[in-house]
Amino acid sequence: MEKDAHPYIPNSPRKIRNTLLKEIGVNDISELYSDVPERLFYKGKLKLPKVHSEYEIFKQVRRMLKKNRTVLDMCTFLGAGVWPHYIPAVIKALISRGEFLTSYTPYQAEISQGMLQTLFEYQSLMAELLEMPVVNASMYDWASALGEAALMTNRLTKKKVFLVPKIIHPERFSTLKTYAESAGIKIVQVNFNRDTGQLDLNDLDSKFNEFRGEVAGVYIENPSYLGFLETQVDEVSDIAHRNESLLVVGVDPTSLGVIRPPGDYDADIVVGEGQPLGNPLNFGGPLLGIFATKDDMKFIRQMPGRIIGMTKSEDGKYRGFVMTLQTREQHIRRERATSNICSNEALCAVAAAIYLSLLGKKGIVELGKTILYNSHYAMKKLNAIDGVKAPYFKAPHFKEFLVTFYREGISVETVHEKLLEKGIHGGKNVKREFPEFGESMLLCVTEIHTKEDIDELVSAIKEIVEGGR
Amino acid sequence: MVKEFQQAKWLEPLIFEIGGEGRIGHIVPNPDDEVKKEVGDIEKLIPEKLRRKDEPKLPELSEVEVVQHYTRLSQMNYGVDTGFYPLGSCTMKYNPRINEELASMEEVMWIHPYQDERTVQGALELMYKLERWLAEITGMHRFTLQPAAGAHGEFTGVQLIRAYHEYNGELDKRDEIIVPDSAHGTNPASAAMGGFKVIVVPSNENGCVDIEALKAAVSERTAGLMLTNPNTLGIFEERIEEIARIVHDVGGLLYYDGANLNAIVGKVRPGDMGFDIVHLNLHKTFGTPHGGGGPGAGPIGVTKELEKFLPVPLVEYDGEKYYLDWDRPHSIGKVKGFYGNFNVLVKAFAYILALGEEGLKTVAEISVLNTNYLVKKLKEIKGFELPYGKDKPRKHECVFSASPLKRDTKVRALNVAKRLLDFGIHAPTMYFPLIVHEALMIEPTETATKEQMDEFIESLRKISEEAYSNPEIVLSAPHNTSVTKLDEAMAARPKTLFLTWKMYLKKSSE
Ligand SMILES: Cc1ncc(COP(=O)(O)O)c(C=O)c1O
Repeated sequence: MEKDAHPYIPNSPRKIRNTLLKEIGVNDISELYSDVPERLFYKGKLKLPKVHSEYEIFKQVRRMLKKNRTVLDMCTFLGAGVWPHYIPAVIKALISRGEFLTSYTPYQAEISQGMLQTLFEYQSLMAELLEMPVVNASMYDWASALGEAALMTNRLTKKKVFLVPKIIHPERFSTLKTYAESAGIKIVQVNFNRDTGQLDLNDLDSKFNEFRGEVAGVYIENPSYLGFLETQVDEVSDIAHRNESLLVVGVDPTSLGVIRPPGDYDADIVVGEGQPLGNPLNFGGPLLGIFATKDDMKFIRQMPGRIIGMTKSEDGKYRGFVMTLQTREQHIRRERATSNICSNEALCAVAAAIYLSLLGKKGIVELGKTILYNSHYAMKKLNAIDGVKAPYFKAPHFKEFLVTFYREGISVETVHEKLLEKGIHGGKNVKREFPEFGESMLLCVTEIHTKEDIDELVSAIKEIVEGGR
Repeated sequence: MVKEFQQAKWLEPLIFEIGGEGRIGHIVPNPDDEVKKEVGDIEKLIPEKLRRKDEPKLPELSEVEVVQHYTRLSQMNYGVDTGFYPLGSCTMKYNPRINEELASMEEVMWIHPYQDERTVQGALELMYKLERWLAEITGMHRFTLQPAAGAHGEFTGVQLIRAYHEYNGELDKRDEIIVPDSAHGTNPASAAMGGFKVIVVPSNENGCVDIEALKAAVSERTAGLMLTNPNTLGIFEERIEEIARIVHDVGGLLYYDGANLNAIVGKVRPGDMGFDIVHLNLHKTFGTPHGGGGPGAGPIGVTKELEKFLPVPLVEYDGEKYYLDWDRPHSIGKVKGFYGNFNVLVKAFAYILALGEEGLKTVAEISVLNTNYLVKKLKEIKGFELPYGKDKPRKHECVFSASPLKRDTKVRALNVAKRLLDFGIHAPTMYFPLIVHEALMIEPTETATKEQMDEFIESLRKISEEAYSNPEIVLSAPHNTSVTKLDEAMAARPKTLFLTWKMYLKKSSE
C-alpha cells in the first residue's frame, strides 16, 4: 500500500496525483498554496492521532463508549426534555438509506423529491397532531425554537416583553434568554399556584397591567416541565388575546393523542420537542425542534426556518415539492432575514414522519394511553409509601411527575445513590432549580417501562425510605 | 463520456392518500392488565376540557406500506452515496459508514444527558478528547460543542462578542459587525440576530477584502468582523494578518466562519491567522452526513481570553474522571438544550481517528488539487469564465460565471444547473456568492475521483455545445429527474400556498 493512499481519498495515490498536477501545469501541490503567506503554515507537529485502520477505529471508539451504561442496562426514569421511547426498527433502516442520509438541503428540487415530499409529509403529519395548519421543516430543538418564537412575537407585535411561567425547564429558559435579550426582549416570569403548579392568573393579569401594551407574547407548556398539565389553557388564551398579545404553546407531541391540541385553544405559535417521535436519546442531541403557526400570511411571512410547499411541474402535469417562501431566509434576505437558521434537523424530521405514519391515528392514541396508565400506576404505588408523595402537585399529569421524600434523613441524593447501587437510575434532581419543592426528583415513565420495572423502582424506594427510619 | 441517467419516477402518492382503514404499522406496548386495574378509568385522569375529542387525522398504514413508501421516496433523492455532488460551500464529501455504525451503538443512542456522570464516562471522554483535537487543529484555546449547526455556531459566536464587550463596559458603543459582500447569508443574519448593525465591505478585484474599504469601515463602534478564509470564491485572503490587525487595533474581535476549512485543515490554523472565535462545520470538513439538511454540528472555539464566556456546561477532567462544569459565572448561558449533537460528535471523532494528522493534510491538499484541476479544464469551456483573481490558485472551491453563456444564448446558470441533473450529477451551488453574476460555485472535495471530475467536465462541455446549438434542451431541463422543472412561483403564491396537507384540503374545499 502506498503511504499516501487513503480509502476516503480516491485521488491520493501518487500516480493519480501526478496526472492531475501535470494537467494543471504545476510540479507540486505546494504551488497551489503559493498565495498563503509562508509563516502561516503550521510548522510543528499537531497533537493528533495517527492514521487508523477501520478496525482500529471500531475497536478504540467502542472501547471508549462501552464505559457508558445505557438506559437499557439499568432501568432509568429520566425525562426532563429528552424522553426514552421505543424506536421501531423500520426507522433506522429507512433513515440509513444513503439517498436520504448523504443528501444536502434540497436546493435542487427536481432531483430531491424524496426528501422534499418526506419533509412535506412531516409538516403535514405534525399539523394534524397539533391542529395547526402551518409547520416548518424543523428547528434545532425545543429550547431554540422557543427562542425563535419569542423573536417572532416581537416582529409581529413590535412589543418587547415575553411572559413565561416560573415553572419552566431551566435549560429552555436559559436558551430563551440568550435568544431574546440580545434582541432587546425582556423575559418576565409569571407565578404559579403552590399546590397545583397551575399558572397564577391573577399574577398574569397583574403582569399585563405592569407592562401595559408591551407584552408581545405569553408562553405556556403542556405538559409542563414538571409533568403536570396546565388546565387553564382557554383562560390564558383569552387573557393573552384580549391584551393583543400572542399565545405561544410548548408541547410534548406524544401527549397529543389524548390531550387537546394547542390549535384547539387558539395558539398563535406552537413549539415543542419532536425527539420522542422516533429519535434516540443520543445524550441529548440531535433533537427536533417543532415550530408551527396559523394559516395567516402575516404569521407565515414571519416564520423562521425552511418550509416545504406543494406545487406542480411547470407543464402542469405532475405534483412536486419545493422549498418555498425563501425570501424570508438568510441566503436571500441576509441581515433582514427572519432567522439565521440554515441547516436544521431534517433527518430527525424524517424519523418523526415515519414514526407517525407507523403509529397512525389509532397508535398515537394508544401511545398516550399507555403512558398515562404506566405513569399513573407509578404515582399511585409510590404515593402509597410512607414518607413519599407522588405527584407533588394536585393536578392532572401525563408522563412525568415530581416525587417528594418527606422522611427525616432521606434526601434526593441518598435515594439516587441507593437506587444506582441497585442498578436503577432515578429521575432528575430538581432541588437546585426549585428548592421550594423540598427533596424532589422528576420521574419519567413511558410505554417502555413495564410493570416489573415500575414495581422494582417502587420496592427499591420503599426499602430506601423505610430503611432510613 | 457523459452518463445516461434516469432517476426513479414513482409518482408516489402522499402518505395521506395510501393505506386502509384499520391498518396499523406498529404496535405500541399495551399496559399490563394489573396496571390497568390499579389505575382504573384513565378518562378521569384528564379533565374533560383538556381531553382530545377527535383522533388526529393521521393515515392508517401497515408496516409494509410505510417501508415501501419511504424506500421509493429515498430512490427519488440524490446523495453523496449516489454520485458526484459538487455543491459549493457545502463540502459534500463521502460520509464513512463505520461512523454511522459507531453512532448507532446502544452506548450512544440509549444514554440520557442527565444520567449520573459516573455512568457516562465514555461519552464525556469522547467529548473532552474531541474538543482538544479541534483546538489543536484550529489553534484555539477551548471549544464548546453545543451549537447544532454552522449558523448556530455563528449565533453563539456573536453572543460571545457581545459578552466580551459587555464585560469591558463597551457594548453600548460597539454596535457594528463588519462582513464582506462575499459572505454567506448566515453571517449578516447571525450578526443582526445578536443585536448588531451589519456593515458590508466590498471585495477588491482579486475577490479579497478591500483593505482600504475595511480601514474606512472600522471605528470605535466596531464589535467584530466575520470572515471565512479561504473565502467563498475559494481564494485565500493573503492579507489576513493585516485584516486582523486593523480590526484588533480598534478593539474589535475577529470571527472565523469555518465552513471553508477543508482546504487548509491540518496545514494552516485560524488561530494563527489572528482569529478570536472560530466555528467549524463538523458536517463539512469532518465528514459527518448532512441528512438532507441536518443534523450537523457547529462547535465554537475561542482564545483563552474568551473562554470564560463559553456556554455551559463544558467537559472537564480532574485526572480521574470526566465531569460537566456548570459553574461558569461569566458564561453566556445556553444556546440550546443539553450538550450538542452528540451522535454527530461521535462521527467526527471517528473521522479524525481515520485520517489522523497526516490524512487531514492529505484531505486539504487533494481537495485543492481537485479544485484546480477543474479550474484548469472548465476555463476552456465556451460560455464560462472565472471572475476575480484569474491567476490565483483556488482552494476548496471555485466560482465560475455563466454570464458569457447567458449573453450569447439566453441559457442561465440555473438552466446549466438543471441540465447537469440530467447527466446524473448534482448541480453546483447557484447564484452565490452574490458578487458573481450567474454564479456556479463548484466544490469537488477530496473524495471525488478523477473519473467523476472528467465526467463533470464533459457534461458541462456538452451543455455549452447544446446552449450554442440547441438551447431549448437546456432551457427546458431537467428531463431525467423524478419530476421535470417545478413551478416555484406557484408554490409561493398565497392562493396556491400549500404548506401542509391540511392547508391543501382546506383551500381546495373553498
Ligand atoms: C460559508 C458558510 N457559512 C455558514 C454556513 C452555515 O452552516 P449551517 O448550514 O450548518 O448552519 C454555510 C453552510 O451552508 C456556509 O457555506
